[in-house]
Amino acid sequence: MTAPRTALRPPQHRFDPRTVPWWRVQWLITTAVPVVPLAVLGLLIPPARLWLLGPAAVILVLGLASALALPVWWHRVHRWEVTDTAVYTLTGYFWRTWRIAPMSRIQTVDTTQGPVQRSFGLSTVIVTTASSAGAVKLEGLDQDEASALAERLTELTDATPGDAT
Amino acid sequence: MSEQQIHGPQAPEGDPVETGEPWRKLHPAGIKVTVLYMLGVVVAAGVPVAIGIGSGPGLLIALAFVVPGALLVFGAVVVYEMIRLRITRYRVTGQRVEMHTGVLFKTRRSLMRERIRSVDLSANPLERVFGLAKVKVGTGETGSGSGSTSEQTLTLDSVDREEAERLRGELLRRAAVEAGEDGEQRLATWEPGWLKYAPLSFLTPMLAGAAVGAVFQVADWFGKGGLPVEIVGGLVEDHGAWTVLGLGLVGLLLLGAVASLALQGEAWWAHRLDREPGGTLRVRRGLLVARSLSLEEERIRGIEIVEPLGVRSAGAGRLDVVAIGLKTDEQGSDLSTLVPAAPLPAVTAAAASVIGPVDCALAPHPRTARARRLRWAVVAVAVLVAAGVVPHLLWSLPALLSAAIVLAAVLGSAFALWTAVDSYRSLGHALTGRHLVSRRGSTRRATVHLDRAGIIGWRITQSVFQRRMGLMTLDATTAAGKGHYAVIDADEHEILDFADEAVPDLLQPFLVRSAE
Repeated sequence: MTAPRTALRPPQHRFDPRTVPWWRVQWLITTAVPVVPLAVLGLLIPPARLWLLGPAAVILVLGLASALALPVWWHRVHRWEVTDTAVYTLTGYFWRTWRIAPMSRIQTVDTTQGPVQRSFGLSTVIVTTASSAGAVKLEGLDQDEASALAERLTELTDATPGDAT
Repeated sequence: MSEQQIHGPQAPEGDPVETGEPWRKLHPAGIKVTVLYMLGVVVAAGVPVAIGIGSGPGLLIALAFVVPGALLVFGAVVVYEMIRLRITRYRVTGQRVEMHTGVLFKTRRSLMRERIRSVDLSANPLERVFGLAKVKVGTGETGSGSGSTSEQTLTLDSVDREEAERLRGELLRRAAVEAGEDGEQRLATWEPGWLKYAPLSFLTPMLAGAAVGAVFQVADWFGKGGLPVEIVGGLVEDHGAWTVLGLGLVGLLLLGAVASLALQGEAWWAHRLDREPGGTLRVRRGLLVARSLSLEEERIRGIEIVEPLGVRSAGAGRLDVVAIGLKTDEQGSDLSTLVPAAPLPAVTAAAASVIGPVDCALAPHPRTARARRLRWAVVAVAVLVAAGVVPHLLWSLPALLSAAIVLAAVLGSAFALWTAVDSYRSLGHALTGRHLVSRRGSTRRATVHLDRAGIIGWRITQSVFQRRMGLMTLDATTAAGKGHYAVIDADEHEILDFADEAVPDLLQPFLVRSAE
């Protein structure tokens, strides 16, 4: 084939570097949910100690290793970009997903901030279209940048007439 | 964007107060329908219960429990309905249709007339006897945006037939139905001969399975849960496992076919699809329960020609509409069906009359897509063979069970391989003047024609396996139907050009082209 080969270029921006520690904390919390009860029970019930502490140790090691490695990798892989005409994101590595939402079809723009996220000064911008296929989420923007972006998106979409369906 | 937020469908504050229009009431004959219906329910539920209890301590004691219970239920429902019919009122003003109801909790519902997109009339046989009909008014909100809720339908249960027709005409902003009758354009008419496709649908095996379940359930009620198994066991001893299995399957499928025929015959009898003046499609159908769905064409974003395996083998398919605000994702919902299983030429003709010409040549997908499907099939066959062999090695199985397992494994493997090749053959995509066309699927082959102007974004996915094979899946998101329609396993370069051409300027800024 000599025809030009078309490919998608990755979106321009990486997320804020603070997303790495934020994802780490989230991952550690997720790990603690099964590990802590298993460990406590293991200490309280001596006959079953091996069967409780063993899995707890395995999950803990896997969780710690993932918490160290995965966020760094995610930070490299996940990208976003907002142009005057569209919102463009890329997530995932084994299952890559590119999402493009045109500015003219955006219905609502929300920003959310969880408690852990707040402590890192990050927030999430959620862009919703009329499709039930799910919102486009920009997770892990600097909170000031996020509110500025949300404001800009709201202005741009307000300028478009119609109900965006 | 914020049109929804400005006129939330239940926010009457912004409107001028309209007091001129009088409130109307539901039809009082509704109570007769309830009485007759509840009599049926009470008898149908009470008699088996009385027999069940009566088999133990005696019939008199059973009646002593059942009769007061039945009276209580009957009385409660009838009184509730009387109050509900008495206090429910509705009116149609210049801008809104409003309903006040609620026996225990007061409910006030008010829909903006300009947002009304469908009016659905239905009447069951009892309601028909008394000349009543239910009216369901829908605003076409899909409940996906953050500003919408699921409470955007309003049901009047029930009013008399002329009133129902009047409301339908008025709410869809057209002249009364009598005047509209002349301007109607017939797009499709059902023929009783099409019923021959009913036994081929997936309803047949489902209903057969339901019948088996029902037999066990009834046996269980009478405390003889093991009886069906014993009877089958006896038959196997007399006639051999393969005979019983074969004849049993044939018998069940026949039963399912008859039931499917009855159900679909009832649902689609006297079906017709019309275009009414003012740009509304109307589907009318039903033998016992008369159904009527009106749909504004403004809300239509395309059509889907669906060919389930059995129906496809007979050269037939059905026509579904892709429209905003029709709940199509509910299991077993046939609301979005415009034409039921019918010969393909008839379906294509109906499709063309709804959205314009639909004929086009579909581009095939790369052969690696077939390799991918065959790989899945080989995995499925390996699992099935293992599932067939292992139990025979571990245990000595009864003859019938052994025969069933072998049969299932062999048929399952053959089906897995066939469906891999067939689903590859189904894959295809194309662009027509107004639509994006994508076909996929084997057991449920579907060809969607999606209005390119109705595409509100792309979702492009590529798994690590697809990447190695140079494949990519393009998902067009839309506000209508099931929300997104995919072109799966297409060539990773060609599909991007395709998407770029389908919706100009949207993907363009994010593409790079390299000569190679």
